[in-house]
Formats: sequence, C-alpha cells, structure tokens
Amino acid sequence: MGEKLEVKELEQVAVRFSGDSGDGMQLAGNIFSTISATVGNSISTFPDYPADIRAPQGSLTGVSGFQVHIGANEVFTPGDKCDVLVAMNAAALKTQYKYAKPDAAIIIDTDAFQKKDLEKAAFKTDDPIAEMGIDADRVIACPITQMVKDCLADSGMDLKSILKCRNMFALGLVCWLFSRDLDVAFNFLREKFAKKPGVAEANIKVIQAGYDYGHNTHSNVNNVYRIETKTKVPGRYMDITGNKATAYGLIAAAEKAGLRLYLGSYPITPATDILHELSKHKSLGVTTVQCEDEIAGCSSAVGASFAGALAATSTSGPGICLKSEAMNLAVILELPLVVLDVQRGGPATGLPTKSEQTDLLQVLFGRNGESPMPVLAAISPTDCFDTAYMASKIALEHMTPVVVLTDAFVANGSAAFRLPELKDYPDIKPPYVTPDMQGSWAPYQRNPETGVRYWAVPGTEGFQHILGGLEKDNKTGAISTDPENHDLMTHLRQEKINKIQVPDVEVLGDKDDAELLIVGFGGTYGHLHAAMDEMRAAGKKVALAHFKYINPLPANTSEVLKKYPKVVVAEQNLGQFAAYLRMKVDGFVPYQFNQVKGQPFVVEELVNAFNGLVKS
Amino acid sequence: MSTYTANDYKKGQPRWCPGCGDHSFLASLHKAMAEIGVPPYQTAVISGIGCSSRLPHYMNTYGMNTIHGRAAAIATGCKVVRPDLTVWQVSGDGDGLAIGGNHFIHANRRNVNIKMILLNNRIYGLTKGQYSPTSPRGFVSKSSPYGTVEDPFRPAELCFGARGHFFARAVATDVQGTVEILKAAYNHKGTAVCEIMQNCVIFNNGAHESIYNNEGRKKNAIYLRHGEPMVFGENNEYGLMQEGFGIKVVKIGENGVTLDDILVHDAHCEDNTLHLKLAMMEGPDFPVALGVIRDVDAPTYDDAVNAQIDEIKAKKPYHNFAELLETNDIWEVK
Repeated sequence: MGEKLEVKELEQVAVRFSGDSGDGMQLAGNIFSTISATVGNSISTFPDYPADIRAPQGSLTGVSGFQVHIGANEVFTPGDKCDVLVAMNAAALKTQYKYAKPDAAIIIDTDAFQKKDLEKAAFKTDDPIAEMGIDADRVIACPITQMVKDCLADSGMDLKSILKCRNMFALGLVCWLFSRDLDVAFNFLREKFAKKPGVAEANIKVIQAGYDYGHNTHSNVNNVYRIETKTKVPGRYMDITGNKATAYGLIAAAEKAGLRLYLGSYPITPATDILHELSKHKSLGVTTVQCEDEIAGCSSAVGASFAGALAATSTSGPGICLKSEAMNLAVILELPLVVLDVQRGGPATGLPTKSEQTDLLQVLFGRNGESPMPVLAAISPTDCFDTAYMASKIALEHMTPVVVLTDAFVANGSAAFRLPELKDYPDIKPPYVTPDMQGSWAPYQRNPETGVRYWAVPGTEGFQHILGGLEKDNKTGAISTDPENHDLMTHLRQEKINKIQVPDVEVLGDKDDAELLIVGFGGTYGHLHAAMDEMRAAGKKVALAHFKYINPLPANTSEVLKKYPKVVVAEQNLGQFAAYLRMKVDGFVPYQFNQVKGQPFVVEELVNAFNGLVKS
Repeated sequence: MSTYTANDYKKGQPRWCPGCGDHSFLASLHKAMAEIGVPPYQTAVISGIGCSSRLPHYMNTYGMNTIHGRAAAIATGCKVVRPDLTVWQVSGDGDGLAIGGNHFIHANRRNVNIKMILLNNRIYGLTKGQYSPTSPRGFVSKSSPYGTVEDPFRPAELCFGARGHFFARAVATDVQGTVEILKAAYNHKGTAVCEIMQNCVIFNNGAHESIYNNEGRKKNAIYLRHGEPMVFGENNEYGLMQEGFGIKVVKIGENGVTLDDILVHDAHCEDNTLHLKLAMMEGPDFPVALGVIRDVDAPTYDDAVNAQIDEIKAKKPYHNFAELLETNDIWEVK
C-alpha cells in the first residue's frame, strides 16, 4: 500500500487512545500530547476513564479513553470525534468507535480480537470490523501483543511486565503517523521511570518498534499527517492540566501575599490531583493535611486561616455537601478561605469520573441562613491558574470564603500553558490591623469603602479577640441576639460581597450585530467558542458571552444580556445558570440548551441546536 | 516565674447557670494559664458548640467559638501552620465525643500538640436535657423518658483506643486538682486530653456526685501521681494492688499488706494496659482515678509536618514559584 501514501497537511487532528483501564491509555495519550505541544502545536486533551480502577479485563465497562486534539492554530476543545482511533482490544473498538469520524484511521491489536475477546465485547460474528460496518481499508490491523513480546523477548522481564508495554507500541505507531520526533517521548519516559531505568528502556524500545513497524509497512492507511504550528504567542510553554494549574495558582497567590499556603483535604475524584500536586511542593513551604473527612478538610482550613495562612480546601460536589457548615462558619467569621469544587456527575455519588456543571446553585445557595459567597468558574485548564489566583486575592482582600468551580473536564484536560511571571499579576494585600489601631480597634469594625473587617492574626500583641459562629455585635464581635443588629449584620455581610469589583464580561464574535448571543459559564468555554466559530464561518451572526465571575456578576451583565435579539444559555445541567441570571436580571428570558450526559458538549450538536434559533 | 496573673486571661462576665461546673473550671484555667505564663496573645482557645464551648468568650486570649463538633479539626489546622501558638481546645461530651467523635480520635491518633479539654457532664445542656454519649445505660432524660438502651463511651477508652498519649482527669470543683492536670497537659508535647468531671445543676444534677466535694473525693477517688504509690482513703489507708489480670483494692496493714506491696504509678509507661484499668475504675468497688493517668512522649504531628517541610526545603532545589515552573518540561515558541 506504500504507493498510496500521501503526506496530508491538516489544520487539526484528534487522536483517541482506548483500551482496558489497565492498558495505560492515559499515559500513551499524555506522552503524545506532550510531544505535540513541544513542537508548538496547540493541544487540548480529554481523559475519559471509568470509575473502577480495574473493571474485568476486556469488558465493555472497563474501557478507558484519552483523546488528544492538536492543531496548527488554537484548539478550544478535545474535538468532537477523532481522526485516529487506537483500540487495544475488542471492547474498546465496540465502545469507542462512536467517537471516530467516518474516515478515521483505526489501529487495532489483532491479538486482542480473539474469540474470547469478541465474546466479552458482545460481538456476534468473528469479524468485528465488518460487523461494525467499518471499511477495512481504514484499519491498521497489527499483532501488537505478539510484536511486543518478540521485541522484549531478551529483556528478562516477566510476561506481565512485557504486556504492560503494549501501549507504547501503539504510541510509536501513532508517532509515525504524525511524523513525531521520538526523543521527547524518550526523555519523558526516562524521567517518569527514573528509579526504574530498565522499565524506561523497555518502553523506549517498544515505542521505537511501533514507529519502525509503521515506517516499514507504511501501515495499511493512506495518509500520514503533518500539523504545522501557525499562530502562537511567543514564549516558554509547558503542558498543564486544570488541577495542576489550580494548585499552581494557589502557590503563586500565597507567594504574592507573603503567606504560608495550607490545604486541608480528603481524597475525592476528580479533585484529588490538587492534593497530590500541592503535597509535592514542601520545599515552597506548602502544607497539606489529608484529613479524616471532608468536614475536617474544610474545618482545618478555617483553623489555618484564623492562624494567618492562605487556607484552601479541595473537593467535588459530594464534599461540598459535607463542607457547607464549615464554609458557612468562614462566612460569619469573615475569614479568607478558598474552596475548590471540581464538579462531577451527581446527585450523591453519581458519576465520579464524569463532568457536569450541576453544583452551581449548591455553591451559591446551598447553606443555611443568608450566606453570600463569591463564586468563580474556570473556563479552561490553563485558566484554572488565573481563577485560583484571583479567588485567593478576593478571599484575602475581602475576608471571605470564595468558591472556585472547575469540573472533571477542565481539571483532567490539559493544554499548553505559557509560563506566567508573578510580576504580571496584581498584588494581594490582606487588610491587616496596623499598630496605630490598637486601643480603638474592634474585631468587626469595617473599612467604610469596602465593608471589609480588619485581620488581627493570633500572636499580634494587643489585638486578642474572639470570633464565633454565633451572631455577633456589629463592632465588638460579642454574641448578640439583638434583632436590629442581626438585620444589620446580614446586610453588611451581603454588601461586602456586592462591593467586590470584577471585570466586565467580554463579548466575542459579532458583538455589534449578533442575532444570537450564546451564554455559558466555566468549563464549556471551548465548546461554545468552537460552535460560535463554526456558525460564523457559515455566515451566521453570533456572539458569545462566557462568564467566569459568577458572584458577584460583572457590572455589564444586564446590558450584555439585553443587547441581542435572542440569547441562549447553554450549560451542563438543567438550567441553573439561566435561573440565576433570570433572578439577577429583570425581564431576562433566554432560550436554554441543557445536556447532562457527563460528557463534554459536542460542537456539532451545539451548532445544530443554535442554528435552529437563527433565521439566516 | 510567670509575669502574668489570672486576671490577664480573664474577660467578660460568664453567663452559665449559677452552680454550673463551668464557672469553677474557668477559674482554674485562668489560674493555670497564669502559672504556665504563655502570653495571652500567643494563646488560642478554640471551642465547638455547647454550654462549655462558650468558654473562649471569657478569655482575654485569641479565641474561636466555632461549629458543633469541629473544634479539634479547626485546632489542628491552626496548630499545624502556627506551631508557635499554644492551642487549647474546649469541648463538652456531646461536642467532643458525639458529633465530633471522629475528630477526637484522629487528633489523638495524629498526636497534634493541642490541649484538649473535655468537660463531661454526661448530658446535653444547651439543647435542654437529652442524654449524651457519656450518659450511663438506663439514663432517663427528655429524649429517653424510659431510660437509654445504649452503653456510654468512657473518654479514656476512646483516647487510648486512638493511641492517645496523654489522659488526665479532674473534678471541676477541685481547683488544685484541675490546675495540676492543666499544667501537666501544657507540659506534655502532643494531644493532651483532660477530662473534667462536671455537674449540670439543671439537667443532670448529681452527676459525679460521689466525688464532687472534698469529703467525697477522700473516700471515693484516688489522686494518681507519677512515681508515688497508689493510696487513697481519708487516712490513706487503702491502696491498689495488681491481681491476676486486674487491679484490687486492699487495706494497708490487713492480711499482711504493707505500703511496699502497693502499685507505684507510672504515667510514662508506653503500654497503656494499666492506665486503662485505672481510668476505668468506678464506685462503689473502686475509687475514681484523678490526676495524670497517662503521659507518654511521642513525636507530635505538627512538629513532624514542619520538620518534613524543612527537610524537603534543604533537599529540593526549588523554593519559589518561578523555580517551581522550571521543574517542568518546557519548550519555547519563537
């Protein structure tokens, strides 16, 4: 087939690695995205994995996938469907083929398509390719297992360890398809397995074998692909996931504020990587405590905040349920606290590894009493950095708990991150008491402009005071049940939040003459942006207003929402943001696009739905 | 010698019921803190919710009257980031052992250097009279009009079960005994549980009655002091001896028993078997053990957390955000 080979230059391409959850698909995908990012391609990744660590081998429920979208220009999403699908076994082909484009190249390990594999994957015939209606010319059928065994026959490794390298063969093959330089992969593996050089070298040998296999056979496909880098802001870049960016944002904010960073946490999918990341960086003085439960995670953070640290707690929706009381304590104490909520499918345990935006109303309103709390939602993996930084700034400067909403999609997805410089970020200046206040100061005395009380950190002589969860006098902080005082304090706490200055929401696209304004918040930014781009390319007049600051809302919210003939609020819940906007903006009646599948939006579906709302 | 007096730690007018054991305990705490001498501004008193958890309001220190059951967790966060502060946690039996039971055992397991006061009146007072996890089986209260059908916790058992290293007990009305254990708790590095036996005049009057006054304690309690023989009684005529797997009360001078046969208290013994037996003693056959029952050195959590940070700081080459970024795989786009 070599004569048919063409080098096809593409703007963008998506590759999906799929196999058993123990097959190492996430690692193969990660390495591929790192290599691509290194040559300057834009990347967006999406790990899609089951909740079980090891479902029965070869079963349909145990399939794990990792999609990488690489582009010459900016890519906003991991791509609806892939151009190359790697299926390491029959179950992977069965469940993942729906994510492949009609002309996608399919790489399969024929050794994992034997009779028993086909049975486990519920194929009815012994020809799964024909059974699924796949054009055989598009399939690279390769006996990967056997070739890996042969390749490592002399390595002295046991069979189980040898088979763990199958993912690297597939990776090598994909690298050949995209003419990728393997050196980056080799370096990655040598670093990852620094303590097991034997494992690193075995993996390297197998990648090379996969690459050579593609090269020697010109594998049974028609194209090799080239993705040239076209636009990118010059600078130094690294690959970063949303969770890692969140952790980095906290570290940066603590350094800027000159405070010790404390994280009280309890492991929960998909937020645990924040705890993992911060636990590594003790050399920066970062203190993490893995607590006995979610409640203690948040409570200990309140204690650390009282003691003068930048305190945070990380969790997902079920954890927010448990932390609510301690979050509320921070509201009434008026102490800084950053609450990180990496949303997942709910209710209850729900879909632990899948993504939704269903915690919005919970973080806004899910507490007893009048409990105003700023809420920010990160819009992309790299934006998690800025969001965590700004949330820390608001918490410290306004003496309030702040919620950062991300989601499984943004948290696990990765993108190229231009290395930030701390000097480009705004100062963080907590409202500390000053020595001249001694004598006249009272714990709930406020800055008249911001409504923020002053922070007297324990250890400061002459500023001893008591804070408490009971309603308190509006100056002294002593317990007070006076009706007028409670009314006043309720208003003061609300006004303090209302006064927080946030940037205007930006309108993208046809901002002057759009027929339809798309509105979203948080992690759906990429998909909504891609949908808008596609519609505009087809001549439609469309704009996008994507919200990152949820509470308080930007000052121009009402103006923006009322400017366009039609507005559609698209979100991964049953309309929580739309309901919130209707509450905040008089007379606002949007169309809604709501989907709660636990999966990212599909751009094509968005475009179809939005096209139904525009005339032309 | 401390430069502070009890007055330096006092603030406000307590609002507990007249006759409540909290009043006398508060006075003992002020006195103990003055004798310890840590400045009020370097002291944090953190409580949960309940009658006794109002206590920080009457302290001229830094304080926090938080939410129900979470004081130990909040104190943990405070102590870990600020090992320089002396942190006291104040809870009642409901706050500390029911809703806050999980945090109580885990603070003990970790051995966070907090001084944990457990005011035990065996009743929920602030909610007006329900049985607590330390109320005895059969206890009649508003929520158990026919008597409870469950067994209580004994705080010492929980503490030891969680591998606690310090446990002491005093009666709220016994200022000297209370001050003594509070000072011992301060001097112990690690979680130091002080069970304060306390009466509730309104809802559980007569709790700990047999040991609530001096005469009662002479007859029905034993003060344990490290290195001293375990004798008690109005004229120290009784003592404790080991018998088989247990402990027995003997009268000195009877059946050939002399002072030399009496057990000598070893609070520092790593093995907690005898500490538990002592802590579990109750009338009418045994005296109630007061004083420092267990006081064993062990690494503290907050020290270990901070020592590890120092160790990693010395070992790793990156110490600020810019250097952290450089630890990643970086590429340049020109």
